[in-house]
Amino acid sequence: MELTELSMLQLSARLAAGETSSVEATRASLRRIEQVDPQVRAYLRTDPQGALAAAEASDARRRAGNPAGPLDGVPIALKDIFCTRGLETTSGSKILQGFIPPYDATVVTRLREAGLPILGKLNQDEFAMGSSTESSAFHPTHNPWDLSRTPGGSSGGSSAAVAAREAFGALGTDTGGSIRQPAALTNTVGLKPTYGRVSRYGVIAFASSLDQVGPMTRTVADCAALLQLICGRDPLDATSAPVEVPDFGQELEGGVKGMKLGLPREYFVEGMDPEVAASVRAAAESYRKLGAEIVDISLPHSRHALAAYYLIAPAEASSNLARYDGIRFGLRAKGAHSLGELYSQTRDQGFGAEVKRRIMLGTYALSAGYYDAYYLKAQKVRTLIRGDFDRAFAQVDAILSPTAPTPAFKLGEKSGDPLAMYLMDVLTLPCNLAGLPGMSIPCGFTRSGLPIGLQLLGRHFDEARLLRIARAFEREHDFSARRPPLEVADAA
Amino acid sequence: MALTLEQVRHVAGLARLALTPDEEQRFSTQLSAILDAVAELEGVDTAGVEPTLHAALAGAPGVRPDQPRPSLGPEAALANAPARVDTRFAVPKIIE
Amino acid sequence: MPLDDFQPVIGLEVHAQLLTRTKIFCGCSTAFGGEPNAHTCPVCLGMPGVLPVLNEKVVEFAIRAGRALGCTIRPSSIFARKNYFYPDLPKGYQISQYDQPICEHGQLAVETAAGEKTIRILRIHMEEDAGKSTHDPHGDSLVDLNRAGVPLLEIVSEPDLRDAEEAAEYLRTLRDILVYLGVNDGNLEEGSFRCDANVSVMKKGATVYGTRAELKNINSFRFVKQAIDFEIQRQVELIEKGGKVVQETRLWDPVRNETRSMRSKEEAHDYRYFPEPDLPPVQVSAERIAEVERTLPELPKAKLRRFQEELGLSAYDAKLLVGDRELAAFFEACAALYRDYKKLSNWFGGELLRLLKEENLPLSGLRFGPPQFAALLTAIDAGTLSSSAGKEVFGELFRTGKDPQQIISDKGLAQVSDEGAVEKIVDEILAANAGEVEKYKAGKKQVYGFLVGQVMKAMKGKGNPGMVNALLKRKLGEG
Ligand SMILES: [Mg+2]
Ligand SMILES: [Zn+2]
Repeated sequence: MELTELSMLQLSARLAAGETSSVEATRASLRRIEQVDPQVRAYLRTDPQGALAAAEASDARRRAGNPAGPLDGVPIALKDIFCTRGLETTSGSKILQGFIPPYDATVVTRLREAGLPILGKLNQDEFAMGSSTESSAFHPTHNPWDLSRTPGGSSGGSSAAVAAREAFGALGTDTGGSIRQPAALTNTVGLKPTYGRVSRYGVIAFASSLDQVGPMTRTVADCAALLQLICGRDPLDATSAPVEVPDFGQELEGGVKGMKLGLPREYFVEGMDPEVAASVRAAAESYRKLGAEIVDISLPHSRHALAAYYLIAPAEASSNLARYDGIRFGLRAKGAHSLGELYSQTRDQGFGAEVKRRIMLGTYALSAGYYDAYYLKAQKVRTLIRGDFDRAFAQVDAILSPTAPTPAFKLGEKSGDPLAMYLMDVLTLPCNLAGLPGMSIPCGFTRSGLPIGLQLLGRHFDEARLLRIARAFEREHDFSARRPPLEVADAA
Repeated sequence: MALTLEQVRHVAGLARLALTPDEEQRFSTQLSAILDAVAELEGVDTAGVEPTLHAALAGAPGVRPDQPRPSLGPEAALANAPARVDTRFAVPKIIE
Repeated sequence: MPLDDFQPVIGLEVHAQLLTRTKIFCGCSTAFGGEPNAHTCPVCLGMPGVLPVLNEKVVEFAIRAGRALGCTIRPSSIFARKNYFYPDLPKGYQISQYDQPICEHGQLAVETAAGEKTIRILRIHMEEDAGKSTHDPHGDSLVDLNRAGVPLLEIVSEPDLRDAEEAAEYLRTLRDILVYLGVNDGNLEEGSFRCDANVSVMKKGATVYGTRAELKNINSFRFVKQAIDFEIQRQVELIEKGGKVVQETRLWDPVRNETRSMRSKEEAHDYRYFPEPDLPPVQVSAERIAEVERTLPELPKAKLRRFQEELGLSAYDAKLLVGDRELAAFFEACAALYRDYKKLSNWFGGELLRLLKEENLPLSGLRFGPPQFAALLTAIDAGTLSSSAGKEVFGELFRTGKDPQQIISDKGLAQVSDEGAVEKIVDEILAANAGEVEKYKAGKKQVYGFLVGQVMKAMKGKGNPGMVNALLKRKLGEG
């Protein structure tokens, strides 16, 4: 079987047994990228030298009998939102083209210390604002399951690369669903941890009170293993939680007997694709058969999540993106005569339409006279949304719902209509506003062969239970073995 | 809650975005549509509800001791600078 | 309507740089000087993806200043973002505090012509300083971010000040307290202690304040009074001519001695404040406040009163000593070993400060301690050393730090106070100058000076003057 078909942990076992080497696995990934990325376009840039150097070091450690950890030598790829020292980082924006960070994000440091070679940087919506990679300043990414469709966003490069076996695993970020929605659209596993579980230092900011870093993999066990490496308090991030990190793999196979799983009425929104609804209800039924109790619950304020999110996130983004001014790094408008022109021409040329739209919306929501009516009101509604979840989690152990209202849509189908695009995240936003951990796992395919995702939401810092619930379903219907129908151009 | 062109220009000025007339027009309609969508929040009763001002849950103390840590040094600090004079960032003249 | 029909109303906003070792949100050094942008890191450069982490020392200093100025400390205060674009503000926003500052409702007693006056302090909050930009001859402005992220306390008074002199005195008093607390170096000229004045005028007896102008760039104590007086004058004349005072920011120009309207960098003035999502609230427990209070030093006003009431020093001497916290501490250490405080303070005011100034030596550079100082003064009191010889010994002690007894014996300065020895010399001189003695007895009194001179010369100046005079008088009187 092609090396790139292995899961992270399967590769790890082969590496431990000496049946293959990290250099071989890295070369296999780089070959796979050459074969399929011209169609999928998941990568913005690869770093063969860096990856192979790390692979050789990993093999040396393994030969010396002291691997840096379970995933030492397993090649991974990163959304271009993570600062990688010495390797260009753009967050999908023209305004950061050519920016070479002089420092690593904390999660990157942890991956390097754990010995994972970094294959390259993956495409995304610009500054993670979008749900389809279509607002990337460079090019859209194509869904390996149907190249005319989106792999979701904003971590669409990550989901496509994992689905297309162009990397064994990836990291993405999720502010309003940007890990879970792409995972749902590409038959992959994505987890957004509890707010504060993973350090945001070195992760280019979109909305500071919502952004979280998470693993994107093909299996639940891989997801748990990768999550283990990146969690934990970071002194460089004042909002990272001083909470003990459990061993996520330990209870993975514990099953769901006796658990209560909530099914929120409001999350079967009208206009939802019937196949998605049916597939998720079937998944709930599977859980019932596995011994869990399915409880009908209500999250009444979730229907305001879209409105609250599209005030809070743009407000924070308008402030977080004020540093892009053409002075210390990145694009600088040519021929600006005054300071005012330097700012406004650099930002007008450097930002795409979606980013400008959200900066304008956020600036407006904070501007004189509107703060109370918009920003503060949204933060109060956020408290109500959180309150719903607190009440729900008094009754149930976790919550099931569809991840996205529709399977992958056509590239170009929604890019002209911002509100239609925003509606793609209506089911994933509440989780970010409440700071909860949330996952998406494959739970079926439409008749036309498009993946459908099941969302799992848990209590704060209860990722271990989510992974266990996800695994219980995965081992009954293993979708991770299914391969996207990519004809492989035989490598030259 | 339509956003007039005048308001769009004011907000673009605050955000330092030099919009083209076409962009101004498009944003005026699109932002108005979004603001209409978010207007539903007005109807939500939030009397006595505390705003969620901080997402950090477990009381993250998040402070550090007054201990020096190595700086980047001028060269690395200005490595990405689009315009510089020696070890300073250069910008068009600031008019006080 | 002449000037004094108007009542000035003045409030002061002070920005004091804190004497921490590192910046407020990153580990870069706050040390002055060094190459431009040498004390910067990704955080204070505002690079993509970076996050602020609060320096706990800044919170301690804020509590110190707050309690020393009688403020209540907020158990939970939050940071907020002040959004505006300016090249020396790398993030495009300043992390400051807005509606929930850490200290509120304090007060400061200020000496004024009409006696002591209490000026209320509205609030004190923590924030980060911006960088500095300089103007290059061929047109560009150049930005140095070494100062970006240096911690500041902003201290905002209520508009209780009624004239420029009071304002200047408030500033001096506040600066002394901050220096005493060790949180700031009080250096207005170098910009580590900055002052903006909000000035308005209203007709005498009116209760509604006039529109206020904010004066910036007052960077020396000398200019505080000048700038405010000028602005009061300007506003009164404007009103007299039927004009209206405009709310604006004005720059004090010390060269042309005038204030000028600034096309202010934040003309939009819409800072779009919102709570800083990257920093959790600052929690301060009652125990923490008590702990900081225990470390508060005695403040200038209390020390001044104690030096006069308990140590019996004059107001002048007390003010001289208390003006410098280290000097006052050194004085008290000496006073513990030498009780004649008045004399001790004379030696401080006279010899010590003179030599320190001459050698441009900081007090911390002294080569001797309180025991040596006390030993010297005790030796003078005991008569083993004349006060003039004492000054010489002190000069030596100051330069070398050698023990005073050692200096006295090395230089043979010990004053002969043994009566027998002195009497022997007096008899010899009288015998050798019988003629002079006769003249003295015959009424030529000025001869006496000559005789004293002779005795001192014979004793190489070491004779105890009191004793020599007593013996000579007795001998001549008897003779
Ligand atoms: Mg300030
Ligand atoms: Zn720094």
